[in-house]
Amino acid sequence: MAQIVVGNLVKTFRVAERQPGLWGAARGLLHRRHRSVRALDGISFSLQPGELVGYIGPNGAGKSTTVKVLSGILVPDSGRCEVLGRVPWRERVANAREIGVVFGQRTQLWWDLPVVESFELLRDIYRVPSSSYQQVRDELIAMLDMEPLLDVPVRQLSLGQRMRCDLTAALLHSPAILYLDEPTIGLDAVSKLAVRDFVRQLNRERGVTIILTTHDMDDIEALCSRVIVIDEGQILSDGTLDDLRRHVTTERWLIVDLAEEDGDVTDPQATVISREGHRVRLRFDPEEVSAAELIGRITAAHAIRDLFVENPPVEEIIARLYGEQRR
Amino acid sequence: MLDEIRLYFRYIGISVRSQIQYRGSFLMMSIGHFLITGIEFVGIWILFQRFGNIRGWSLAEVALCYGIVNIAFSISDATTRGFDMFGLMVKSGDFDRLLLRPRSTALQVAGQELTMRRIGRFAQALIVLLWSAHALDVAWSPATIALTGAAALGGACLFCGLFVLQATLAFWTVETLEIVNTVTYGGVETAQFPLSIYRPWLRRFFTGVIPLATVSYFPALAILGRGAGSGVPPALQWGAPLAGVAFLLVALQVWKLGVRHYTSTGS
Repeated sequence: MAQIVVGNLVKTFRVAERQPGLWGAARGLLHRRHRSVRALDGISFSLQPGELVGYIGPNGAGKSTTVKVLSGILVPDSGRCEVLGRVPWRERVANAREIGVVFGQRTQLWWDLPVVESFELLRDIYRVPSSSYQQVRDELIAMLDMEPLLDVPVRQLSLGQRMRCDLTAALLHSPAILYLDEPTIGLDAVSKLAVRDFVRQLNRERGVTIILTTHDMDDIEALCSRVIVIDEGQILSDGTLDDLRRHVTTERWLIVDLAEEDGDVTDPQATVISREGHRVRLRFDPEEVSAAELIGRITAAHAIRDLFVENPPVEEIIARLYGEQRR
Repeated sequence: MLDEIRLYFRYIGISVRSQIQYRGSFLMMSIGHFLITGIEFVGIWILFQRFGNIRGWSLAEVALCYGIVNIAFSISDATTRGFDMFGLMVKSGDFDRLLLRPRSTALQVAGQELTMRRIGRFAQALIVLLWSAHALDVAWSPATIALTGAAALGGACLFCGLFVLQATLAFWTVETLEIVNTVTYGGVETAQFPLSIYRPWLRRFFTGVIPLATVSYFPALAILGRGAGSGVPPALQWGAPLAGVAFLLVALQVWKLGVRHYTSTGS
């Protein structure tokens, strides 16, 4: 049974057009021109319990609009949407009890309160029974190593610490579904890894269904078994990361570290992408030439310190996907 | 319902504690409010020194209306700060967070803040009311004392309703609409005096449309024993505070419409 079903979702916003200058502003008071923006243009997908899906796309693609519809904040113009068998905007309160939402850009904690008091207030808001609150809270605190943060007012936390607290806050009522909107934005490397580990653990061990929107492709690579790519309100691709790769390009990259600096590598079946110091980056198509053959030829012709083959980074794939669609 | 009230007090407890952190500021602001509204009453007092009475109403009688209305207003002003600032909340997108929680949005907005410094105005109005009770030549009974309290609470509900309506407008426009302010603050000024001194159209407006005068003037007639010649039936004199409660309930329904509008436009 699918946990989340979205069918042909359409949402159009009316955006007031502002005219420039004082005179324009004055005219805008009397007569305002509107422009329609189609934020969702027929989105369909469904999620099984326990899936961890990356939901990616450029700014303004419709990612947060989708999340808003799923969480009952926004009513679509048309289309179907069910979360755990409920239509989110018709049963906003019942739906809210089953989901957790974390926005990387803003906190849901009370700015002036010590962290633990925000948690207690959320316990009362979500009507979490004391016994289960205690247990869930302690587990989350242990997983995220938050003990030292509990008595600190939120305004004094670093971004990484705040994110850990926000993750806990969103999970105190043990939701079955978690929406994460840019959870690693602005975090340092260590905090990013901590957040990723936590999200993975949450998904694998507790079976929480997670929709992750992000611009950080390392998040996607590290966490998501499935990726939905959206642009201009439409789904461009939906499948595993490997599917996505295959769909866009089969090419692979060969990275060669030469013994001498500024050496040149040429091969009829590979193209040089970049050269910096000892390192040369080449792209090749494995259907045209096997990696082994290419490596054989290059090692025969050059003095090589090191070399390895890798997939093009996800950024590259996504950028090409957008480029392909827009053309 | 009990659980909702409990949660409201949880919110308020937090708000109060954070205001106590700035004790000096709280004290100064409270005293400031006390003095500003106090001077206003001095103005009324001077007026009566000059004219003796206004259309047959003495200073002590006017002070009764003044006390009731200002107690009512200070209570609503303290409890509806969240609604007062609601436009900002919509603009910043923070309202979305309230929608993500499994609770009524009105409760969450009301819980934002209990503005304690309003105690200044409350205290000033209470002093005026007590002075009036002392100066009036009225035999106080448990019933009239209860009616005075009910009138203040009914009035508080009414003003809360007005603040809720004003906040509801934020769902439709980001521009602040001063028109509701005109009614609210103008209403406070108007209802400080007995309704009978005003022109008929204004009387009708503050009776039928915004039942502001009903929550102070009609009960005042009963309390002062002036009901007989006023043409206002006793049931209305004694039941008038309920109009304030009814007004608040209607305002909360309009609020729900606003939330529905918000979720369909997303702005």
